[in-house]
Amino acid sequence: MAFTAFSANAKVVEQAPKKRGWIALLLLAPGIAYMLLFFVAPFIQLAITSLQAPAEGGGIGQYVAALQFQNYWVALQEYWPHLVRSFVYAIIGTIVGLLISYPLAYLIGVRVRHRPMLQGILLILVIAPFFISFLLRTLAWKSILPDSFIGTDGSVIFGLVYNFIPFMVLPMFASLQALDLRLVEAGTDLYASPITVFRKVTLPLSMPGIVSGTLLSFIPMSGDYVNASREFLGGTGTAMIGNVIESNFLQTQNYPMAAALSILLMAIILIVVATYVRRSGAEDLL
Amino acid sequence: MVDMSSFAEAGADLELVGIQKRFPGFTAIEHLDLKIPAGSFFALLGPSGCGKTTTLRLVAGLEDPSTGKILIGGRDVTALKPHKRPVNTVFQSYALFPHMSVLENVAFGLRRRRIGDPVAKAHEALRLVELDHVADRKPAQLSGGQQQRVALARAVVNRPALLLLDEPLGALDLKLRRQMQQELKQIQQEVGLTFLHVTHDQEEAMTMADTVAVMNKGRIEQMGAPEELYELPRTVFVANFLGQSNLFEVEVAGTTDQAVQTALANGARITVPRSRSERDSGQITVGVRPEKLRLHVQEPTADASINVIGPGRITDVSFIGVSTQYTVEVPGAGAVQVFAQNVEAGPAAHLGDQVWLSWLAEHTFGLADDRLETGALTADFSTQAIAAQAAFAGDGE
Repeated sequence: MAFTAFSANAKVVEQAPKKRGWIALLLLAPGIAYMLLFFVAPFIQLAITSLQAPAEGGGIGQYVAALQFQNYWVALQEYWPHLVRSFVYAIIGTIVGLLISYPLAYLIGVRVRHRPMLQGILLILVIAPFFISFLLRTLAWKSILPDSFIGTDGSVIFGLVYNFIPFMVLPMFASLQALDLRLVEAGTDLYASPITVFRKVTLPLSMPGIVSGTLLSFIPMSGDYVNASREFLGGTGTAMIGNVIESNFLQTQNYPMAAALSILLMAIILIVVATYVRRSGAEDLL
Repeated sequence: MVDMSSFAEAGADLELVGIQKRFPGFTAIEHLDLKIPAGSFFALLGPSGCGKTTTLRLVAGLEDPSTGKILIGGRDVTALKPHKRPVNTVFQSYALFPHMSVLENVAFGLRRRRIGDPVAKAHEALRLVELDHVADRKPAQLSGGQQQRVALARAVVNRPALLLLDEPLGALDLKLRRQMQQELKQIQQEVGLTFLHVTHDQEEAMTMADTVAVMNKGRIEQMGAPEELYELPRTVFVANFLGQSNLFEVEVAGTTDQAVQTALANGARITVPRSRSERDSGQITVGVRPEKLRLHVQEPTADASINVIGPGRITDVSFIGVSTQYTVEVPGAGAVQVFAQNVEAGPAAHLGDQVWLSWLAEHTFGLADDRLETGALTADFSTQAIAAQAAFAGDGE
């Protein structure tokens, strides 16, 4: 008999139907125009370039329109080690970054929440490096780190982690800052040890921050060409796919190859990211 | 916990011994000794900032006392972490896990304690609060009242020896609240648990609890059955916080075995039964509840068992429905409230009428303190001060 008084309240509020019309289209127009101009058009250009063939009797950098799909095959055959290396670096860099960023974000977002001054200072320290060009900071590391370390896998991953940590910390911080600590208390009240509360409450509720933080660093890490270049922290055996694309575009002027590699990189990242997001159950982010 | 993998057989008694809780900059609980017998419905009543929620959090283990001991079922749990205490809380904010279904919320505690068949038991608890049909929804898809019942099911399903309720009905509207109060009381009697209910709603405390403790400024001012507290308040704070009171400052004129004879400044005599007066000499404060007063248009004949003051003038009349509330300005006694039942049709007295007021001497109570020491004004001030300090000292965590 209990609680009959509430049965009438069991209705779920229905979402208002979405309004469509010319006002909505008008409001979307600037965004659509921007995307057409700066994403769709260059992408089509890139796709066309990736299928070009060398001009008959032309010099270096002379290509004509064609449908040379084997460009992709050649690119894969020639540069697959660089692709693999890029993703291995990016995955290791993301994992190491996560191990550093999450505790840092937890410290700033949860532990010092009741001390806004300290929280502000810590946040500024996370963002402060952005005030200096990342090229300069990466060069600085080149002179700080021992010469024997420069040019190894380790030094490149170090550079990637260092440069992309703020992109990880900030979304994780935003998630953890919004975490309702009363839920943590409720967990301990319901017989969960601190570790279990973390596993069952804190971690799932900060998952959106973890997913967006890792994506925001994994994607640029896989395409990065600064850290791995020989002028910065890389060496002869550390070239990533970004370095290959850069040298094909700017040095050997093999535009179809560079374009094909770019599209391959983009496709692989898309597949990896889609799988990751599906797996982590964070579709809402996309 | 002695045996975390089984349900409590029955409610356990709770004992707080010499508890004090200081936060940086202020003291939330001055000194608290409290014993709540097993199976009772106990209410801690007080204004915000009086230390009642802190008391609850101490029992749950979410705060550590600065001094003192907490015993549940005779066992000292002061040093136990919250997850090891045989206690569950229905939080004011409900604190339902937003990422879990209603069912998983309710099963959470059972799973942690590895109690067999948590899903079936969670369904059973949801049926108790008539919400089994929303077991698969997320808390955000429920109304406030439904969330409140899920929070209750999530706590009750664990059959804790002691259930703590932190103003859980605060967010509900009046009608739901009344309903919920009855249901809670019913559940408490059915499952036989010990309930410790914290509230600032005096009506809620009185209708639900077997025993009410009125808290003020980190101390318990008075404790007892609701009728007892209402009929015989011992302090000005209790007299004003629990219902309304007319208080008079009087001078003790003489005492007998049975009664304390007092007089108002203007000489009017007020008799207090000896057993109902905390003090029996000097300046004291006595009081009477407004509904005990009767209005007279002519001076009543003197009678030793009746206290009479007046004449006074009616300065306000408000018709409530079941009763009419009069404010009578009596020279020497101040503004006096009178609640008269509307037994007859039409008002018994009119604005501006000259009236005398009488009541049975046995309804008078004599207080332990005076209006100026702990009156409503001072209470309000200290509440604000404590709230401000609590905000300031947020890092007490």
